[in-house]
Amino acid sequence: MIFSDTQQMFGGKEAPIGGVGSILQRLHLDGPLLGALLLISGFGLVVLYSAVAQDMDLWLQQVVRLVVALLGMIVIAQFPPDVLRRWTPWGYLAGLFLLVLVLVTGEASQGAQRWLDVGIRFQPSEIMKLAVPMMAAWYLHDRQLPPKFLNLLVLAVLIVVPTVLIAKQPDLGTSLLIATAGILVIILAGLSIRLMFVLGVSAVPGAYVLWQFMQDYQKQRVLTLLNPDSDPLGAGYNIIQSKIAIGSGGLFGKGWTNGSQAQLEFLPERDTDFIFAVMGEELGLLGVLGLLGLYLFVVGRGLYIAMQARDTFSRLLAGSISLTFFVYVFVNTAMVTGLVPVVGIPLPLVSYGGTSMVTLMAGFGILMSIHRHRKFVPH
Amino acid sequence: MSLFAPIKDHHSETQMFAARVALCSVISILLLGIVVARLVQLQIYDHELFAKKSQGNRVRIEAVPPTRGLIFDRRGRVLAENLPAYQLELIPEQVPDLDDTLARLANIGLIKEEDIPRFNGLSDSGPRFKPITLRFRLTEDEIANFAVQRPRFPGVDLQPRLVRHYPDGKLIAHAIGYVGALSTADLDRLDGAAYAGTSHTGKTGVEHFNEELLHGHVGFRQVVTNALGRKVAAETRDFSDSLPVGESPEPGDNLTLSLDLDLQRIATQALDGKRGSIVAIDPGNGEILALVSAPSFDPNAFATGMSPSEYNALQNNENRPLFNRAVRGSYPPGSTIKPMLALAALEVGATNLTRRTVCVGWYSLPGSSHRYRDWRRQGHGEVDLHDALSQSCDVYFYEISRDIGIDTMQQYLDQFGLGHATGLDMVGESSGLVPSRAWKRSAFSERADQVWFPGETIIASIGQGYMLATPLQLANAAAALAARGKRFKPHMVAAIEDPLSGERTIMAPERLPGVQIENEFYWDNVIAAMHDVMQGPSGTARAAGRGASYEMAGKSGTAQVFTVAQEDDYKDLELEERLKDHALFIAFAPLENPRIAVAIVIENAESGSRVAAPVARAIMDQYLGAADDDI
Repeated sequence: MIFSDTQQMFGGKEAPIGGVGSILQRLHLDGPLLGALLLISGFGLVVLYSAVAQDMDLWLQQVVRLVVALLGMIVIAQFPPDVLRRWTPWGYLAGLFLLVLVLVTGEASQGAQRWLDVGIRFQPSEIMKLAVPMMAAWYLHDRQLPPKFLNLLVLAVLIVVPTVLIAKQPDLGTSLLIATAGILVIILAGLSIRLMFVLGVSAVPGAYVLWQFMQDYQKQRVLTLLNPDSDPLGAGYNIIQSKIAIGSGGLFGKGWTNGSQAQLEFLPERDTDFIFAVMGEELGLLGVLGLLGLYLFVVGRGLYIAMQARDTFSRLLAGSISLTFFVYVFVNTAMVTGLVPVVGIPLPLVSYGGTSMVTLMAGFGILMSIHRHRKFVPH
Repeated sequence: MSLFAPIKDHHSETQMFAARVALCSVISILLLGIVVARLVQLQIYDHELFAKKSQGNRVRIEAVPPTRGLIFDRRGRVLAENLPAYQLELIPEQVPDLDDTLARLANIGLIKEEDIPRFNGLSDSGPRFKPITLRFRLTEDEIANFAVQRPRFPGVDLQPRLVRHYPDGKLIAHAIGYVGALSTADLDRLDGAAYAGTSHTGKTGVEHFNEELLHGHVGFRQVVTNALGRKVAAETRDFSDSLPVGESPEPGDNLTLSLDLDLQRIATQALDGKRGSIVAIDPGNGEILALVSAPSFDPNAFATGMSPSEYNALQNNENRPLFNRAVRGSYPPGSTIKPMLALAALEVGATNLTRRTVCVGWYSLPGSSHRYRDWRRQGHGEVDLHDALSQSCDVYFYEISRDIGIDTMQQYLDQFGLGHATGLDMVGESSGLVPSRAWKRSAFSERADQVWFPGETIIASIGQGYMLATPLQLANAAAALAARGKRFKPHMVAAIEDPLSGERTIMAPERLPGVQIENEFYWDNVIAAMHDVMQGPSGTARAAGRGASYEMAGKSGTAQVFTVAQEDDYKDLELEERLKDHALFIAFAPLENPRIAVAIVIENAESGSRVAAPVARAIMDQYLGAADDDI
């Protein structure tokens, strides 16, 4: 019986608590995590309203997406981790199949083959954002940790295949994030520090190979980061304008909807990848630190859930999801402040756009499921 | 789980996991610390700097377009220059309501209603700080009108710009082409950053072929705008180290063409009211001296912009003024190929200088009753090769064509540059056609059509049937005749000058493989016969050659019109006019050390020797009469 764990839990010793706590418990939701996510999303909607130039239609679309994503999270949270684990290989294989399908038949979208049209258009790479760390965790679940060399080779294949398929689309940003999610599982599983060091050193020639693989526009982004002034009319424009926006915001900001950089459209992509700069300009350092604090809390809570998890699969997966979320936050904010190249990664839960939000929330649904379906094994 | 699987040690696993989470947390906090430090740097330490940049004065980078290179004729007369003019520009990011602004501009007559969708498309495609040009050249009245109403149009402004101008536009339109407004298709093809600020690009002719040389390199500068976004002054002082101070544009190279403007004028006048083309080449180096296609058009209209209806009128004109007949018009070459066939026949022994034939006005293949007529009904009587050339006897060539054979004919005409593009520095040249057995096999799909018939060789010998050549190819072949088989690649750009350094590069003539007829005796005789065409007692064009102060050689051609018959749109009277034969003529002069070779094609003018030959004479008079000067 699939839901045996759940039934056991409901039928178990935990007495029903009244009020909100009871509802959260029945829905298998984690209060602190849900609260922080709602705060970030709400904060994001406020900023987005300003960034879309007070366009009510666009803003409402985002509200609808957020509601859908939250519902998705609640649904996922109802499946116990054991069930999720059993489904993992099938989800992974289905994701691989869809990726191949995209490469073969995918409809061209923005010069890249990322979308699949099945009534609604969606990107199979989104599935892989969760399926890859789940698969890695599934593989390690029954094995002795830290993983043996042979296990590492299998894991490398499990991660590299979807990464290459997505990089070929070409969507380098997403493929690197997916690889990161898989690698984080391995690191959390106890990959030896010495091996990490060796891999780190070998990343230098790796970077050279990667450079050969890059499309011209991707190389341009790296070169622009190194010297944005080299191309002030072209690719450097984004970074220059974004730095001006953030810097001119100061400690308190110019006030909501009052950022001249954002509102007068000096700042490109202000409602998507560069929304962090809008926040920096209008709400200042204090507003930005507030958001970063919330993000940090979410990551911390996720890692706490991972530590509390009762089995290897749950533990590794929860850790990877939490740290990957952090990577999103870091890469986006570092890119907008001109610390790393402009890769097309949105600010999680804040940037305009739906697909990635649903995936993120699904990930948090898994975290909640892990936390709320714990089996209390007596020591 | 298999029996041999190692037992998992949950306790140590949990401990190691905790250690790893701790490690990752430390790294994460460090990374976040870097971002926070960066934010503090930007928002606290450098705040004033960035605030200055964003508030009050808004610094903008503006592209400074390079000045397009000038184009001169061989005597240094200006063919294309840049004149100052006021143009109307709109900067999308500064316009509060684009649709409303465009509608109001159309209301006061500054733009046309029908152009509005195009401007909307342009404003969506480029960066929003980049100006869109609404009109390239305003009249004095329009400037005054807009100046009064300017406050009603934020984001719209008059901009002094250089506009391409062709002082003798109609004379040179087909030779040097024109520039036109950059289209979105052009921007896909060209480097967008290099064309930031550039409004026009070469669309055809010399302007197009040499775009890279003529365009130059873009520069940029900072401009400061006030709170409303209107530009107030060019700022040379830098606010910080993150914005470059500016860079001057590098002007494009100046081109000197081998064209002679006087020759262009004479040629254009000669074709006035007619459809046709004239191409003149220097046989000694391949320089194009004149390239005219009639009717012509005014290239300035493309540079300043015209309405769709004006453009459609040009495009749909039944005389097709936009069609470059000189390089794209394919005509049956008619008898103009006879001198080349005569040389080929002598070389391969298909005839000799003493062979005589009695021309009765028609010729039949053995065993056939079909009569191939001579242009002269009563015939030419007894003729040798010399007479056959100077009087243009068709029957003589019908007869020897069987001995030469179509494939040998093709081989030698190919050596004269017929049947393939000449390689002129211009795009869109037609290749013409010289048929052969092999060509026919590959050109037709039906087995029955692939067979080469003897009769087709007969008509090919007088440049009819499948054979087609462009005026440029005919002039090129005439140059090869003049130079006794020596050949050069025809070219229009004679020198390139860097306007900054003044450094001038002269284009060296490019030698091509010559015609493989070594026997000077053959050349002497054929050229002598061509001389008699124009200046002999019974030459077909002796009227055109009379009274010249120099010796010349020529050959007429009259080509039956095949293609027009397929066009069934014309009214009956017009149909008749357009079914008349094309008049062709090739010529060169002087006989010793020729300096000019020319080809004339006049559509539906019936007689090459009567109509086209005098035009050739006028061109040669002009060129040889003027002072001899090299570039």
